[in-house]
Amino acid sequence: MNEFFIPRLGHVVWESVPRLGAATRLLLGGLGAVGNRHFSFRQWLREVYGLGVLSLALMIVAALFTGMVLGFQGYYALVRFGATSALGTLIALSLLRELGPVLTALLFAGRAGSALTAEIGSMKATEQLAAMEMMAVNPLAWVVAPRLWGGIFAVPILCVIFDLVGIFGGYLVSVPVLGVDGGTFWAQMQSNVTLSGDILNGLLKALCFGLIVTWIAVWQGFSAKPTAEGVGAATTRSVVMASLAVLGLDFILTALLF
Amino acid sequence: MAEENLVEIRGLHFARGEHVVLDGIDLHVPRGAVVAVMGASGGGKTTLLNLVAGSLQGQRGQVLVAGKDTTSLTRAELYRLRQQMGMLFQHSALFTDLSAFENVAFPLRRHFRLPESLLQKLVLMKLEAVGLRGAAQLMPAELSGGMARRVALARAVIMDPLLILYDEPFTGLDPISVGIIASLIRRLNDALGASSILVSHDVKETFAIADYGYILGGGKVIAEGSPDALRSSKSPMAQQFLQGSPEGPVPFHYPAATTFAQDLGLQVNK
Ligand SMILES: Nc1ncnc2c1ncn2[C@@H]1O[C@H](COP(=O)(O)OP(=O)(O)O)[C@@H](O)[C@H]1O
Ligand SMILES: [Mg+2]
Repeated sequence: MNEFFIPRLGHVVWESVPRLGAATRLLLGGLGAVGNRHFSFRQWLREVYGLGVLSLALMIVAALFTGMVLGFQGYYALVRFGATSALGTLIALSLLRELGPVLTALLFAGRAGSALTAEIGSMKATEQLAAMEMMAVNPLAWVVAPRLWGGIFAVPILCVIFDLVGIFGGYLVSVPVLGVDGGTFWAQMQSNVTLSGDILNGLLKALCFGLIVTWIAVWQGFSAKPTAEGVGAATTRSVVMASLAVLGLDFILTALLF
Repeated sequence: MAEENLVEIRGLHFARGEHVVLDGIDLHVPRGAVVAVMGASGGGKTTLLNLVAGSLQGQRGQVLVAGKDTTSLTRAELYRLRQQMGMLFQHSALFTDLSAFENVAFPLRRHFRLPESLLQKLVLMKLEAVGLRGAAQLMPAELSGGMARRVALARAVIMDPLLILYDEPFTGLDPISVGIIASLIRRLNDALGASSILVSHDVKETFAIADYGYILGGGKVIAEGSPDALRSSKSPMAQQFLQGSPEGPVPFHYPAATTFAQDLGLQVNK
């Protein structure tokens, strides 16, 4: 570590302050624009559908595999304590509290978030956003708000689907393959998973992740350099930043909600 | 509505950091006129249009549109003013996810609640005016460059604007499309009773339809006048631009801090 490290770090932080300010203004402006007369409910519904459907097949496949792996690994750990009757609970809690929201958000960032950045970036590069401004239509209301609210809404829904499919995958491995008793599997799960403690906790995480992934995606699209190359770079940045943000935020939320 | 000029620009100065783009521009657009703004690439023509539209703000000087100073308007006031402006972008800027019809309908749908039958009529009228009623259902990707430019033109005038801004409407088009766009610019301007600012470096086509022209150079107006007056202008810079000759007062070389010899390492240090 050389003597320039601290000044350089200071410089990096100082440089990023105005950009963070602009990103925050985009977020607040976008969220607040639901009150604007150019906000359209139909447009929002289209985004929820579009963003959700884009990632749905991916979610289902990923959830199935995740659940099945959880079945094997959980069995491996529990069988040593003769506690395989708790396998259902273990799978459900892992998915609902942690893996469901996090994996949903990571997959969402890779599939829908990147598409969002590329879409907005190319709208900027081809002057569509400038044209919209010239037609006196605020892009915050017409473009940003439906996407932000769409992401906030779509990710929790996707997360619920992920959880359900994942639990089903876990069941497939635990009961028919590993021979755990089916009745115990479900009964244990039912009596040990709580609505507010586990299910809502996970959904709250999914909501926060949906917000942050969509925010980063939209912001990267807006601040992309208006060239083909710039849009490509922004798309990559969007996925990397969103993934790291999800993992970091997950730590904070888990610590807070523990 | 008494002013004679729809647009009045006085002493406008605009710089990006150190780089002075516009250095004291005076320009006016009389009501009903097509005013051409010409100049070399990078000369600040697009910047000037953005200043008129209020998307950029100058450091000094005034831009009055219909008597309102675009630098001192709130966002809501600016948006209200823009409903009376149309702009044709250099690259058409059509919304790629909407058909030609929906592109033209977009401003109407966003600003008014019209019955679908009326909206249909208004949009088809404008598409007919640019000769593309038959292409209404095509997507932007299915349009040629010239057709896209005409759809964008129909969209720019759908709100019957007072002021229409054109950013290099002829660039990249075949000669026939250039002629079509040029006559449309004049016809739409007169039919709507609008005023137009036409940014271009296509001297022949521009002079054929403009009432008045400005030539920008080095951030200043180097010549102005009617097309005829400009053609016989004595200014060497204006003549160089109009004749397109590489030799003249406008430098071919981008300014460099070192001489060519220094860059090649030919200068012997003493
Ligand atoms: N977004 C921008 N950031 C920095 N410089 C710019 C930007 N847009 C234009 N410029 C600079 O401003 C000058 C004028 O550009 P512009 O108005 O686009 O010229 P023209 O339209 O006459 O070709 C050019 O030197 C260009 O490099
Ligand atoms: Mg330009």
